Amino acid sequence: MKFLCIDCDEVMVFAERRIPGDGTMAAVFACGACGREMAMLTNPMETQLVSSLGVKVGGREVPAQPMEGVRTSLKEGREDAFREEGEDTKEAKRSPPPAPPVVGGKPTGDPAARRPEPSSPPRPAFPKEDAPPRTPAPKGTPPPPKSGPVPHPGPVEWSPEAVERLHRVPGFVRGMVKRIYIDYARERGIRTITPQVMDTARRELGLEGM
Amino acid sequence: MRKFRTYHEVDHSTESELLEQVLEQRRRLASRLSGVKEIVAVASGKGGVGKSAVTANLAALLASRGRRVGAVDADLNGPSLGRMLGVLRHSLEDRGDGVAPATGGPGVAVISMELLQAGDDTPLRWRGPGGDTFIWQSTMESMALREFLGDVAWGELDYLFIDVPPGTDKITRLLELLPAPPTALVVTTPSEASRSVVARSIRLLREAGVERMGLVANMSGYLCPGCEELHPLFHGDGARELARATGVPIWAEIPFDPSLAAETDGGRPRVLGDPHGLVGRAFAGLADEVAGGAPGEEEVP
Repeated sequence: MKFLCIDCDEVMVFAERRIPGDGTMAAVFACGACGREMAMLTNPMETQLVSSLGVKVGGREVPAQPMEGVRTSLKEGREDAFREEGEDTKEAKRSPPPAPPVVGGKPTGDPAARRPEPSSPPRPAFPKEDAPPRTPAPKGTPPPPKSGPVPHPGPVEWSPEAVERLHRVPGFVRGMVKRIYIDYARERGIRTITPQVMDTARRELGLEGM
Repeated sequence: MRKFRTYHEVDHSTESELLEQVLEQRRRLASRLSGVKEIVAVASGKGGVGKSAVTANLAALLASRGRRVGAVDADLNGPSLGRMLGVLRHSLEDRGDGVAPATGGPGVAVISMELLQAGDDTPLRWRGPGGDTFIWQSTMESMALREFLGDVAWGELDYLFIDVPPGTDKITRLLELLPAPPTALVVTTPSEASRSVVARSIRLLREAGVERMGLVANMSGYLCPGCEELHPLFHGDGARELARATGVPIWAEIPFDPSLAAETDGGRPRVLGDPHGLVGRAFAGLADEVAGGAPGEEEVP
């Protein structure tokens, strides 16, 4: 699909994607010559069709995770279908998933921090809910220099509150979600994941619903 | 009428990165399958001819011979390979580089929707807007199959079997995903109804560029447990007629044996329990045929 600015005879380029959460999507395209913008609005069925292809209009904020489509779209996935790397098969069948390392507060194995909230509603599919608006730089513009914290390859720790929140994520997608947060933290030099870090990551990566 | 350029006259990208993402998916799948020496699609077009039982037994037999074997249950709506290879309720290791398959039988790596669904009676349903689901559901299933092939850490395999569900459209869907035409095991029965459906599938496979193809004539006679003689199960000999008409050779004729279904459904592929029986010998011959054309095939002691 392409959009042509007829007056300028220029292809309009992607500028921004918005997903309001009602199953629809808006994608803004702009003419690089005259600046005119237009929004492509898709209904829930059209949005779903694009999502079913495993692609995102405007590109992905985070790399595709293994079996991301199935795990985020399957209804009634088995809670213990996936186990974390290195976790014993039998243990995975009868125990809650192991908590990530924790600093401060409650000890790592505190069941209160690990127990999923029974009243938690089913989570909406991840990560199709939202994506931050972005404005593409004009063609030929070099990427902005990176500044701020230096990425670190070492272990990332989790605060007890972050552990509790992570364990409210359904087991079917938890490993995938956890990996995204860890990658986000490492890339930004963050050594401890807290609920605040999770909120920021969710907003920056467009992962509402995690 | 106003004049403006049409789609193919515009070569500039919209920068929506859709095509790039689709190409990346294809690269990822091709890269994942690059360690597989031979992909074998077990197809028919017809339902109820025993594709899954053939897949499970053949995969188990080759694995027991020391081959590295994987099996994909492409029947998303009616999966059974997980059960047949004894991996029901196994958990899949979630690794950053891919999902590790379950391992069943004598070392067959397996992926099946059965491993992912909450219960035995859970129908396959996807999140999405209600109504008109037919519009996007087949796309969603193609995505799931692509992830089974491309996101599972198959590693190095001699054979990757793909159990293709009934329907010629399902064969097309698979062929469009694979980077190259596979070997095809076309399963049929002696029945006339099966013959005509399978003939369509063979034509479709040929036109898609599949060159290496063999027929499996399943339920070729009934083995009488009393006199141990083979009796016909169907009128006519549709499988041999099919072979003559299409030029596709019969690689195996497998007799109907109730214990084949009972043991395979119980997660114990029959060929392992009775390798020297009539069924076991038929599968041994089939395994030899499949192995005969594998590139770089070497005898495993």
